Amino acid sequence: MGLRDRIGRLKEGLTRTREGLMGKIARLVIPGGAIDEALLARVEEILIAGDVGADVSAAIVAAIRERAQKERASDAGVLPTLVRDEIRRQFVPGDEGGESDPFHLPPGRPFVILVVGINGVGKTTTVGKLSAAYVQAGKKVMVAAADTFRAAANEQLEIWARRAGAEIVRQGPGADPAAVAYDAVSAAQARGTDVVIIDTAGRLHTKVNLMEELKKISRVVQKSLPGAPHEVFLVIDASTGQNAMQQARQFGAAVGVTGLILTKVDGTAKGGIVLSISREMNIPVRFIGVGEGIDDLQPFDGKAFVEALIAS
Amino acid sequence: MFDELSRKLEGALKRLRGQGKISEANIGETLREVRRVLLDADVNYKVAKKFIDDVQAKALGQDVLTSITPGQLIVKLIHDELVALLGTSAAPVTFGATPPSVILVAGLQGSGKTTLSAKLALYFKKRGHHPLLVAADTYRPAAVEQLRTLAGQIDVPLYEEAGENAVALARGGVIHARQNARDLVIVDTAGRLHVDEEMMKEVEAIKKAISPNEILFVVDAMTGQDAVNTARAFHERLNFDGAVLTKMDGDARGGAALSLRATVGKPIKFLSAGEKLDALEVFHPDRLASRILGMGDIVTLVEKAQEQLDGEKAVKLEAKLRKSQFTLEDFLDQLQEVRKMGPLSQVMGMIPGMNRLPAGATVDEGALTRIEAIIRSMTFEERRKPQLLNGSRRKRIAVGSGTTVQDVNRLMKQYEQMQKMVRTLGKGGGMRNAMRGMKFPAGN
Repeated sequence: MGLRDRIGRLKEGLTRTREGLMGKIARLVIPGGAIDEALLARVEEILIAGDVGADVSAAIVAAIRERAQKERASDAGVLPTLVRDEIRRQFVPGDEGGESDPFHLPPGRPFVILVVGINGVGKTTTVGKLSAAYVQAGKKVMVAAADTFRAAANEQLEIWARRAGAEIVRQGPGADPAAVAYDAVSAAQARGTDVVIIDTAGRLHTKVNLMEELKKISRVVQKSLPGAPHEVFLVIDASTGQNAMQQARQFGAAVGVTGLILTKVDGTAKGGIVLSISREMNIPVRFIGVGEGIDDLQPFDGKAFVEALIAS
Repeated sequence: MFDELSRKLEGALKRLRGQGKISEANIGETLREVRRVLLDADVNYKVAKKFIDDVQAKALGQDVLTSITPGQLIVKLIHDELVALLGTSAAPVTFGATPPSVILVAGLQGSGKTTLSAKLALYFKKRGHHPLLVAADTYRPAAVEQLRTLAGQIDVPLYEEAGENAVALARGGVIHARQNARDLVIVDTAGRLHVDEEMMKEVEAIKKAISPNEILFVVDAMTGQDAVNTARAFHERLNFDGAVLTKMDGDARGGAALSLRATVGKPIKFLSAGEKLDALEVFHPDRLASRILGMGDIVTLVEKAQEQLDGEKAVKLEAKLRKSQFTLEDFLDQLQEVRKMGPLSQVMGMIPGMNRLPAGATVDEGALTRIEAIIRSMTFEERRKPQLLNGSRRKRIAVGSGTTVQDVNRLMKQYEQMQKMVRTLGKGGGMRNAMRGMKFPAGN
């Protein structure tokens, strides 16, 4: 898939975003005008409005100010370029939109993905979409219903698994989630499954016992298959504010998050907090969710993401 | 996280100390820090800006009470303003004249509507009502099963109808309630994005079909800057009566509540904290204000200081300081004033920055008691003229107070240091500075 296609798809996902970050900044600029403090203050406000956070917004603006001075760029016309560059620099290197296939798997089967996050961010939906994407990429997929807590979570995942064409391993409500995960990984090893995606119950990062439970799931999976889980995706709702940083820290400390999935990007929320998370924790954003359809999950691509925002 | 914020604010407040009136020049930095605190709490940047401007307008020219610093006064002002903005008292849920009353629950996906619907049912069931839950989420896979399970847990009937659309379902639920003598209908709707035209039309249609007595908008406490957009959009379509803040058991500071109040002016009615179905509380504005500010309990401290510190005594002391006549008697007075405010450990905990004494270090209340005992074992003359204290007097005082001569010596040394400090401060500063300079003994 070429860059152009990706931009096209991303744009599509962002069509509902009324005013893109960069669109606003482009409109701020009066051609021939100067890059002054008032303009920079507006840029900072726009970043804050996108949930980028006060500290990171101030840092980005400081970097822009410094660069404008160093390059003697007094004309406001170059501002969008500077802003775009500085935003991109916040993302983890290598997240810039390579042409690599996000569904390419390293050797060794099964490839185990653990999906974690707080309540209501869209974990189960994301697991459904993710399994559909792997099935479409020609992989044999199994989902593990390790959310044994929330009422009807099993049923919800089962519907998604059926839609996606994936197998499902489940137990009754109240079962030990680690046991469900263990069963799934064992079954996958026996059946030659390519990918195991473990859906976990939503848990607030402040709940010590629930975080311990999550650690146990991870430990047990590793016992079943050394090296697993190969990926731990933290799902973050784009409308979340600064608390997402705490979520990333706590889940990161508990189970070592390897990637972020930003959901509900089809609303007006910008999800700017992922910039702070990328910057502080060096975790790449891997996918974005842009709707409730089974195909509404896209590989994240820092470059295309920013470009699509500029174009809106 | 709270500690970190307190520290930030503390830094700005330091520069305010020793100033008698609040002026634009001396609160600028404090207000910038407060803005940061609000932004970190996810208060919308426009709301934060207007809020800060209002506080500044109110604060300018205010006299600073002798007992507190200007910084603390500002924080109290901000807190009071926040409480006022968040709504002063709990707003009740509206019930209709003729049963059944209808509550419509709406909001974004994942905000916690289904759980809240069950919690509301339990809340009102406990208060003598006979609720009926209606599962009008026809989109999310297994949403109906979820509500059915929850309804079973709290033993409340559920109205569902496979294959019906949400509008017909909601209408059917109300009719079912009327026929079955249920006096309260709680309609759980599908989560929807405020920019999804079709879905917003659907919820409007539901409203029209069932004319609810109460529409509750459900907001995740972790919501960021976008809270203003969603609140406005839902308000335009539904003119909701109140909001419920969910996931309050996390550590998000819930600035979204302030954005919501400032944008649409509707009250917050409940706080939902946890997955247990009885974890629903009526909203308390003051608690949320403290949480948004992340300030521990400085407001309580300021209020206590205002109540407890005897104004007249402070004036007398200030005069003495100017003459550099700070005696052991005054020291005892001061000690007692401070102790009136509560156990020292608690008082210290209320001061930003003081709540992070080195790990393991605790405030030694006993040391204060010993100091009091020592001073009380002195004659009045000794208290006024400490230079009289020779070896035998010290021995007598130690025996009288149940301490040792070393304890007495230590106190006298501290007192001498304090006098030195008072002498320097007494010339320029006032009572506030002198008080601040006092070192309270801290044990290990």
